[in-house]
Amino acid sequence: MKKNNSFLNRLFMVLVFVFLYAPIVLLIVFSFNAGNSNTVWKGFSLDWYAKLLHDRLIMQSVYTTLLVSLLATVIATVAGTFAAIGFYAMRRKLRDPLMTINNIPMMNADIVTGVSLCLFFVAFFGLWSDFASWFNGMQHLVRLPTRLTMGFGTLLIAHICFNIPYVILSVGPKLRQMDKNLVDAAMDLGCTWMQAFRKVILPEIKPGIVSGALTAFTMSIDDFVISYFTAGSSASTLAMTIYGMTKKRVTPEINAISTLLFVTVLVLLAIVNIREARQERRRSAELHRT
Amino acid sequence: MKNKLSHFAIPYVIWMALFVVAPIIIVVIYAFSSASGGFTLANFARMGTYAVVFTRSFKLAIIATIICLLIGYPVSYMMSKEGPRFQRIAMVLIMLPMWMNFLLRTYSWMSILENNGLLNQLFQKIGLIVLYNQVFGTDLQYFRLINTQGAVVLGMVYNYLPFMILPIYSVIIKLDRSLIEAAHDLGANTFNVFRRVILPLSLPGVLSGITMVFVPSVSTFAISKMLGGGTEMMLGDLIEQQFLGGAYNPQLGAAISLVMMVIVVVCMWVMNRFGEGEEQAVMM
Repeated sequence: MKKNNSFLNRLFMVLVFVFLYAPIVLLIVFSFNAGNSNTVWKGFSLDWYAKLLHDRLIMQSVYTTLLVSLLATVIATVAGTFAAIGFYAMRRKLRDPLMTINNIPMMNADIVTGVSLCLFFVAFFGLWSDFASWFNGMQHLVRLPTRLTMGFGTLLIAHICFNIPYVILSVGPKLRQMDKNLVDAAMDLGCTWMQAFRKVILPEIKPGIVSGALTAFTMSIDDFVISYFTAGSSASTLAMTIYGMTKKRVTPEINAISTLLFVTVLVLLAIVNIREARQERRRSAELHRT
Repeated sequence: MKNKLSHFAIPYVIWMALFVVAPIIIVVIYAFSSASGGFTLANFARMGTYAVVFTRSFKLAIIATIICLLIGYPVSYMMSKEGPRFQRIAMVLIMLPMWMNFLLRTYSWMSILENNGLLNQLFQKIGLIVLYNQVFGTDLQYFRLINTQGAVVLGMVYNYLPFMILPIYSVIIKLDRSLIEAAHDLGANTFNVFRRVILPLSLPGVLSGITMVFVPSVSTFAISKMLGGGTEMMLGDLIEQQFLGGAYNPQLGAAISLVMMVIVVVCMWVMNRFGEGEEQAVMM
């Protein structure tokens, strides 16, 4: 089994990676194109990067994308971690049906999640406007807005919705691997349950939380369909802006912003991976010494 | 102690009731109601007129899933045989494209497949188009690549291939090596070891990979619009039109969404039957 791959097998793998990266490389190359085409090379320039900085529409949507992804990741990571601990402490009979519900947004087609949330928000806003006008009629101290519309708030809720299941899925196994007696021991030795959580559980499940947060962020950045149905007309993520552009004309500014985002991610991932590799090496070195 | 910790889940349970369960109930209500609000089955009856869209969606999604499996399985298997350093880098490389929004990647394919796009320019340079014209006696300026069903399938394979590789790889990598060694020791050749030990044991990963590629493929609407040019309408386009497009009919859209949900439930049921206890294979 430990036989290495033959030359042909390796070639196959290389071809698959070329297939995965060719469009990305092209996107990056043509971001430096002097002409405004994605197919004809007219010489090197940085024009599109300069234009990008002055394009309010694109910059605004990049900002929205990053903000919603970051906020959704942070909230989903905290909420998901607590939920995972709660599920872990539950009886199986209660946990299993809840886990099934938890898996729904992950398994469902994106468009179905988007549509169902969209219908939900519309229905909720209808009820809200009835309630608000009744409430405003009752008293004059507080005025509630009667008309709510979809926008950044609904977009954020939708992102949190599909992010939490991924966090739970990566924190859950770490909890199950943990030695159950540790928490009991901590409590016996006088920890409150909050201290037990902070000093015993949290360090044990930290790798799960980190990978859950990473997955959640990836999903947020990559999402288009759910955002499309829940953002309304006032908020627009980068993907939605591009989708709107493909109906007319896509400018190479899109290539430029893609390149910038891609390089950022590449650098971040490289740093994370190099650090991980170094830690692993140090750990194995320590193991050898003892 | 345990009971106290389980209270941690209460906020999320409320959240799920509000944002997961309630929306689905609303979809079901919409699916069974007419525009004026009464109960009706007409929404499901109307789907018959869109039979073409249903068959096309299923056909393209199944083709894309099969291609993903044919590429994804060997890649996962070969990756598991390489050293740990290679595996780590390969995993990052497979995840990395996902950090670029899939619309960007699909948009890049548009410029590759266009009539005077990069692929056609290449074919022109190496004389393939001239050769084709001479052999078949045609008078083509370019090959028609974009706005075809093939282009839509290509877009699906390209975007969802990582979803096939990740679960299969994560199952193969966790296989008990001693089982494979035992099979070798007992006289099985490489092919038999693969067919009778590795393949059956990696089935849970394969099944979750198939689900993770098939479900987004059958429901896609951006890919079919960008690479299919709007002529190859799919289920996702149909749903989108009922909500945000010209043919505003949320009841019908909800009914089609309900059908999609049933498809997912069937997929999950099949997966649970065959891949018991391997729930973790879904992600990493």
